[in-house]
Amino acid sequence: MKVIKIDKKAWAGGLEKSRSGYKLFGPVKEKNKNFGIFKELGEKQMPDLKIETRLSPKSVIYPQSEVMFEYSTDETRDDCNLMKAPEKDCSPRAIIGISPYDAAAFLILKRNFDTPEYKDPYWCNSFEASTFIGIAVNEPDSTDFSTSTKTGPFDTSGLDILLVDTGDDYLAQVVTPKGEKYLKTAGWEVEAGGDAANKIEEMKKAAEAKISSHISFENIKNKSILELYEADFWEDISFACINCGTCTYVCPTCWCFDIQDENKGNKGKRHKNWDSCMFPIFTLHTTGHNPRETKLQRVRQRFMHKLKYFMDKYNDGIMCVGCGRCVRLCPVNIDIRTVCKTMNS
Amino acid sequence: MLEYIDKIKKLSEKLLTEGKVDMIIGFKKGTMPMIHEPCIVKSPSDVNNLVWDSLCTINLANYLTDRKEKIGIIAKGCDSRNIVNHIIENKIKREQLTIIGVPCKGMIDRKKISSMFDQEITEIIEKSDQIIVKGDAFEETLNKQDLLAENCSLCLHRNPVIYDELAGELVEEQKDIDTYKAVNKIEAMDSAEKRSYFEDLLSGCIRCYACKNACPLCYCPTCFVDESRPQWVGKSQNPTDIETFHFLRAYHCAGRCTDCGSCVQACPMGIDVRAFTKKLEKDCFNLYGWEAGLSVDQPPPLSTFRPDDPEDFIK
Amino acid sequence: MKNPYLPYPVRIDNIEIATEDKSLKTFKFVFLNKEDEEKFAYRAGQFAELSVTGKGEIPIGIASSPVEKGFVTFTVNKAGLVTSHLHNMKAGDIMGIRGPLGNSYPWDRLEGKNILIVGGGFAFTTLRSSIVYMLDPANRSKFGNIDVVYGARSPGMLLYKEELVQWEERDDINMHITVDGTDDPDWKYNIGFVPPVTEEKAPRADENTYAIVCGPPIMIKFTLPVLEKLGYSHDHIIMSLENRMKCGIGMCGRCNIGKELVCKDGPVFTLDELNETPKEY
Repeated sequence: MKVIKIDKKAWAGGLEKSRSGYKLFGPVKEKNKNFGIFKELGEKQMPDLKIETRLSPKSVIYPQSEVMFEYSTDETRDDCNLMKAPEKDCSPRAIIGISPYDAAAFLILKRNFDTPEYKDPYWCNSFEASTFIGIAVNEPDSTDFSTSTKTGPFDTSGLDILLVDTGDDYLAQVVTPKGEKYLKTAGWEVEAGGDAANKIEEMKKAAEAKISSHISFENIKNKSILELYEADFWEDISFACINCGTCTYVCPTCWCFDIQDENKGNKGKRHKNWDSCMFPIFTLHTTGHNPRETKLQRVRQRFMHKLKYFMDKYNDGIMCVGCGRCVRLCPVNIDIRTVCKTMNS
Repeated sequence: MLEYIDKIKKLSEKLLTEGKVDMIIGFKKGTMPMIHEPCIVKSPSDVNNLVWDSLCTINLANYLTDRKEKIGIIAKGCDSRNIVNHIIENKIKREQLTIIGVPCKGMIDRKKISSMFDQEITEIIEKSDQIIVKGDAFEETLNKQDLLAENCSLCLHRNPVIYDELAGELVEEQKDIDTYKAVNKIEAMDSAEKRSYFEDLLSGCIRCYACKNACPLCYCPTCFVDESRPQWVGKSQNPTDIETFHFLRAYHCAGRCTDCGSCVQACPMGIDVRAFTKKLEKDCFNLYGWEAGLSVDQPPPLSTFRPDDPEDFIK
Repeated sequence: MKNPYLPYPVRIDNIEIATEDKSLKTFKFVFLNKEDEEKFAYRAGQFAELSVTGKGEIPIGIASSPVEKGFVTFTVNKAGLVTSHLHNMKAGDIMGIRGPLGNSYPWDRLEGKNILIVGGGFAFTTLRSSIVYMLDPANRSKFGNIDVVYGARSPGMLLYKEELVQWEERDDINMHITVDGTDDPDWKYNIGFVPPVTEEKAPRADENTYAIVCGPPIMIKFTLPVLEKLGYSHDHIIMSLENRMKCGIGMCGRCNIGKELVCKDGPVFTLDELNETPKEY
């Protein structure tokens, strides 16, 4: 394991130096609020590595609203009704201060956007251009159940670099060549002493021991889809739900989107916007038929997708990384851990 | 008010056993320290799952819309006014309901409390007028009065306005409250200040519609934001579209909003949605002397006409 | 990286009114770029997303057959925002198509077999594509008997009327055309709903016969028991589903039934496969 030692006094300088090769993104405190959102770091702006990030970093790679094509409907023009993809900036960027499980979530998103048959260029190009610099979670809170979802507070599976805050300095565990390149650009090249690897291992164990929330889905794996689908507990689970999009929008692994054309005069843009399976019109047919017209059907769809369909389709665990955002932010306290327990019983 | 829950449980059990209701709508204990989950109880043996304390913020009248069963509903002051609205607007029939009225001294604001502490809050203990806030490494006792949600601190209708049973003694209504203080402050701003204020206010909106869906008044089968023929509001993050959604929604609530605060509690991005709805509440009060949801016999001002209604805005 | 959201530009070559109430029109599209036509090589049963600039996209089954070169045709029902605009377009207008999308009817499995096709109303589009494909001289010998039951509300609502008559006169295909009712004294074919006509005229099943069923939900509901009665096992009944779609390439997540995405794992499924999935379509 190669570990670079970054003295906290050298942190700001290194970040500035890395701007020569990378655009920087990181958590930034929202004005007048006590949480942060991932944004592009302005000149001299530093990423806040301690603040709670309300929206997941998926918005850096996959923005809430993105222009896919531009067009003109002016019949006098030669290019009338021909769609053109706008130039998109895919210069290298570094996303700093992402938690390890948020990074693991990108691997889940990748299964959707990067398939053998089709690749979504908007997502893929952005993803390829990104270097993920994670910050290990030393003090997981009570809604963090990441060790149950094949990731964890020190997991490196989605990261290029894992930063571990030891107090005086950061130990930067190099995970990939992309990560190594970033460290070099930032001028952080002093290798940490021989016991760094052990220290990281120790801190990892301590953090994982602090995790108090666990879920299990062994039985969900063995039950059939129809058995879970037709179970009688969905009425109770779905009653409180108000069918807003909060859980899906804050979730780092949710990927559903909508395609909409918006016109002004005879020019327009085709947008890709986040959408949510919780919204009533998500599956509405033009004829008026709606396969998921009741709240119960939509709530059931969300949990079945996350905890069963995804697992059956890819055989690689559930579509959740245990970040706890949906648990903290659901206005009516519908808790995926409780639902998982019910489905697993 | 902590004694209310015993009476609520007893009443609920009685109503279910006697078959007077098919279900009780109330709250069950949440999995997080500062929130409870709305639930239905259908069997008398399950009434022990019900809870009632100062964290029962979300408006339960939201769950009544278009239901066909006989329902026992636990309603505090603002919830009961929304029930009146629902009855006037034909979303539920009075005969279907057995209302367990709960006098209320205000609900505490979990977001306000979170922002007061750096570390995670792991437990809240309520003791009459005090709230003990606990974390892994701290414990503090605070006055409940200081932690109230803003709409609760301004509330003039703490007692339920319609009920079949009461869970406790009626409480004294607050007096000498400057209800529209925050609205007046915004009204006093000049145009540029107001524009900047609203832009900042709405900058974090992610169009999750938690505010609209938590609101008992928003029950249109297809909301105006979802119409496509014609499409009124765009679906991308264009700031004009975001503002249109919020302003129009506030107008649709004019004369009907009871300031229950569910919209603010639901918003994941901490947007003070009440800034708009409170202004429209003030306008309705000043123009028509109207307060929403006080009596089932009075239709709201925007669906009736009185000869002496003000007309100075007609030029 | 190829952009799967970018439509191939096409010009509307011809628009024909397909049914007497004008609610359906058949559009013939010609690719603006010749090489796009090769890239669009499709199999019968697949669909494409028709892109109308400024309005949106709609998933429509391909009505033309892979053996028909130089153009693609779609029969579109006027139902909502995009289709209404499409119906008002004229020959010469430019729009886009993305595809071919979806799996097709399982032609590898169907080779050497007898085929029963049961279609209703305007779901007949991909079935037309299949029939033209099978009847093509290069392909006919690859299949056994072909029986077709196709019904509509009235004679004027039948799609592809001239072709139906031509096929009826051939001896290498058994056509059973039917209408729900008519007061046309010259009507030569059957009168009755599709399920009873199927029961009466369709061949009994054996392990070499497959049924392809495509139609409105009500027709399917009453046809499946008839097929079971005739001995068709569930893995010999092939169906093509519809669902609300946007991307058509399995990424936007809205068309799923259980773990299958109708746009990518479907729209063609055997009844066997559908029995294992939630009925969310």
